[in-house]
Amino acid sequence: MDNDDSRSDGRRQFLKCMAWAGAGTLWLMKGGVLHAQPLNESATTTDASFSFVQISDSHIGFHKAPNPDVAGTLRRSLAMINAQKTRPAFLLHTGDLTHLSKPEEFDTLSGLMQEARVGRRFYVPGEHDVIGDNGAEFFRRFGEKQHAGGWYSFDHNGAHFVGLINVLNLKAGGLGSLSADQLAWLKNDLAGLSAETPVVVFAHMPLWPLYPPWGWGTDDSGEALSYLRRFGSVTVLNGHIHQIQQKVEGNITFYTARSTAYPQPAPGDGPGPGPLQSVKPEALHRYLGIRDVRHVRAGGALAVTDEVLT
Amino acid sequence: MKRVILLACVIALGGMAVACAAADTASAGTKPYQVAIQNFAFAPKTLVVPAGTRVVWTNRDDEAHVITSAGALFASSKALDADDTYAVTFSKPGTYAYYCSIHPMMVGTIIVQ
Repeated sequence: MDNDDSRSDGRRQFLKCMAWAGAGTLWLMKGGVLHAQPLNESATTTDASFSFVQISDSHIGFHKAPNPDVAGTLRRSLAMINAQKTRPAFLLHTGDLTHLSKPEEFDTLSGLMQEARVGRRFYVPGEHDVIGDNGAEFFRRFGEKQHAGGWYSFDHNGAHFVGLINVLNLKAGGLGSLSADQLAWLKNDLAGLSAETPVVVFAHMPLWPLYPPWGWGTDDSGEALSYLRRFGSVTVLNGHIHQIQQKVEGNITFYTARSTAYPQPAPGDGPGPGPLQSVKPEALHRYLGIRDVRHVRAGGALAVTDEVLT
Repeated sequence: MKRVILLACVIALGGMAVACAAADTASAGTKPYQVAIQNFAFAPKTLVVPAGTRVVWTNRDDEAHVITSAGALFASSKALDADDTYAVTFSKPGTYAYYCSIHPMMVGTIIVQ
């Protein structure tokens, strides 16, 4: 009986727990070195010239443990964005908008994203968004349409942003893939920039070999990074692994983001990278969240803040 | 020939005597062979079957997977959600390598004799 009760009450309990407050850490990047400080110390944010927010891995269509309501947790994430003191200039979604690339999943995601009060929304696909059609539906709905391959770049307040696609034409036994065409474009795209230009690169799968046995990496990312090393400040934002991992390599700092849907295990912890089902409903919000990035004018540094759902 | 099939059956099914006897008495092509998709891997990773066999994959993960032939020798599955199945009948002898198109580190082989 007890089991039956808790099961029927699961969703209500889950939503109630989503209201609990979470904690966050502000990450400041200075010369490629991260400095952490509590989220409530707002002094460092006053010199920001603009901010943007990253969300990832919404997996609309997923309906199992530990999160039977992925639309609800995405909505909570968007509400957190809307609660920011300063409206973010734009939002980056780093892929896996949907779980199975179904039209109705894209419809739901698209509708929910209208709730985000941000200047613009930019997307790159995850492998879950390109099933069956090599991303045709994703690119039709969410693509920037700058190039046939789907990759793109834009400038904002002196910083250069590059959206890369690394989830198509994957080879048996391999990791994520950028392809020769995209690498040639990237090399050319970066060629005209001064080394002082802050560069932000975003893509779904990690652009460094985070944990290859679980497919957490990109086969030809080394070539892409070779084009980026001359820059004084490079930030690489990825999703895919549903948790925060960070790495500093020279002037390049790598971050992966939390999911808005469900967490995955730490690298190598357990038999595979499936949903972390052991997370209890009352604890789930601590594993989900958004990332807020502020561009600090002095030195062109980026301050990166991760916030869990509240 | 019978000896070869029997040996293959033992390898594929890990010595399950009952299933093997059934395969031996039934004509090739009537008994489907099973591949489980579990913990981001195919089990068994290599499956040896007689020509005409129907192979059924069952997704035991809560993550989606997509069965994809390396070299497009057989049709790809749609996205397999948890507990979904996908079946292919292999009529011609040969080695059929396959992988999951969204988790390409997952690889397997069907050897058709």
